[in-house]
Amino acid sequence: MRNWFNRKNLVMLLGIVLIYAVVQGLIMTDIMPPFYKLTLILMCIYIILSTSLNLINGITGQFSIGHAGFMAVGAYVSAIITAIMHGPLILGILAGAIVAALVGLLVGLPTLRLKGDYLAIATLGFGEIVRIVFLNMELVGGASGFTLPSRITWTWAFVLMVLSVLLMKNFVGSTHGRACISIRENEIAAESMGINTTKYKVMAFTMGAFFAGVAGGIYANYMYIIQPMTFSFLKSIDILVMVVLGGLGSITGGIAGAIVMTLVSALLAGVPEWRMVIIAVLLIGMMIFRPTGLFGTKEFSLNFLGKKGDK
Amino acid sequence: MPLLKIDNLSKSFGGLKAVSNLNIEINEGELVGLIGPNGAGKTTVFNLLTGVYDKTEGNLIFQGKEVSGLKPYQVTHLGMARTFQNIRLFSDLSVIDNVKIAYHQRAAYSTTSALLRLPSFYMGEKTIQKKAMDLLRIFHLEDKAEETAKNLPYGEQRRLEIARALGTEPKLLLLDEPAAGMNPQETNDLMNLIRWIREEFKLTILLIEHDMSLVMGVCERIYVLDYGMIIAQGVPDEIKNNPKVIEAYLGEEVVV
Repeated sequence: MRNWFNRKNLVMLLGIVLIYAVVQGLIMTDIMPPFYKLTLILMCIYIILSTSLNLINGITGQFSIGHAGFMAVGAYVSAIITAIMHGPLILGILAGAIVAALVGLLVGLPTLRLKGDYLAIATLGFGEIVRIVFLNMELVGGASGFTLPSRITWTWAFVLMVLSVLLMKNFVGSTHGRACISIRENEIAAESMGINTTKYKVMAFTMGAFFAGVAGGIYANYMYIIQPMTFSFLKSIDILVMVVLGGLGSITGGIAGAIVMTLVSALLAGVPEWRMVIIAVLLIGMMIFRPTGLFGTKEFSLNFLGKKGDK
Repeated sequence: MPLLKIDNLSKSFGGLKAVSNLNIEINEGELVGLIGPNGAGKTTVFNLLTGVYDKTEGNLIFQGKEVSGLKPYQVTHLGMARTFQNIRLFSDLSVIDNVKIAYHQRAAYSTTSALLRLPSFYMGEKTIQKKAMDLLRIFHLEDKAEETAKNLPYGEQRRLEIARALGTEPKLLLLDEPAAGMNPQETNDLMNLIRWIREEFKLTILLIEHDMSLVMGVCERIYVLDYGMIIAQGVPDEIKNNPKVIEAYLGEEVVV
């Protein structure tokens, strides 16, 4: 336990609690307009999505573009449990995440033998398959969508987001995370250093799918309605853009990317016809002036607060 | 019983026989060299040993166990580690992370304890950190622990690659042209280093090399490979004067 409470972690905890309390206060006193609240909750969802995709694309170096598919699985499974079976919210989200992880495992085992472009195409196809399955499923309303009560509050979204990011960060900062990074750096060398590259690729992929499922569950239980179109290929690209913008391979970078993109989208909500144009211009500028993304592979850290040696 | 026994090993790529009927025995604690002209099949032998390629025929017995057909990481688990002819470091990672990754297979904590940061995680990380630092100290790289691997000078990158291979705690170390691209002074230092790590880590070493001063200087026994076949074997002095070896290296005209 002593390991947990160093100065750095305490400052981090304080910051997290502070952000939570300020927003919660503003919501409870009705000062915060609903649109802002929506944006903040979407931010939490996108932070989970971009961090989990970063685990696959940035940390392990496998190029997946089917992330919306896992989000859809999480969303629909949790919706079935909470709305049709009237189960508790947390059970719904957990079940959605677990099913998404199982699907990730099933998809990952064969496809992760592919490299680069081939893997991208396979995951792209997977995302579309998932969407079409839900499109044709009468139980969940088909194309017209599935309505369910909105039960996610700011507290739920924020706590789930912090937990998800913390778990993923813990994974990346361990020897298992280093094994994933070594695959990105040089697969042949990683294998000859005794790392079971297939196992770690599948592990990262499954874990990424799990947290995408969590995000999907939050989304479904907040938005009143889920439609297959929401989880199209474009959603996967949105998430990918956040990761690339923030920095492939940097957890904090992915978070920053998610925050920036959600904010830009929200700010441009008044000019929908210009939204995609402005975002595209921003991205082109970014790729010209800082192709590694905001953070590159570097992490923002509070290490400077810790005493020497207790990193 | 020899530590490594290569028994009648052959490897064909389509119609090309890269290695044919190879027989090599290495006893524990030996320092053996494998030499031969370019394209003789030396690196192919390494790739066969470490599971990168699968053999066409023959057996590879390491510590009494058949290793052909295993994946590279499984071979490493059994205690065989290698370096590469063209350096393959994790070039964008720090020097210490390169070595820490090699300790991964000995890491004593599970994914769960990593996710939940249980005490075994902190203990495991502490051990890895300490072992990695110790290894860097041996290779005089401790001051550069936080530096990015690709920014090291060439000679130090070579040393780091050997350090990383030792991180897997091998019994048999395979060095693929460790002196490639080094100047005479660096080669000399490397010779001393190879001798020293063999004593310190109680290693058996098989090395491929083109630099004759290194091979003749450190190896106790030498195998000479040409066109995938062993054409000579013996102690350095025998090899130096073997007409077949001179022929393979310099061509026929020289042999009078």
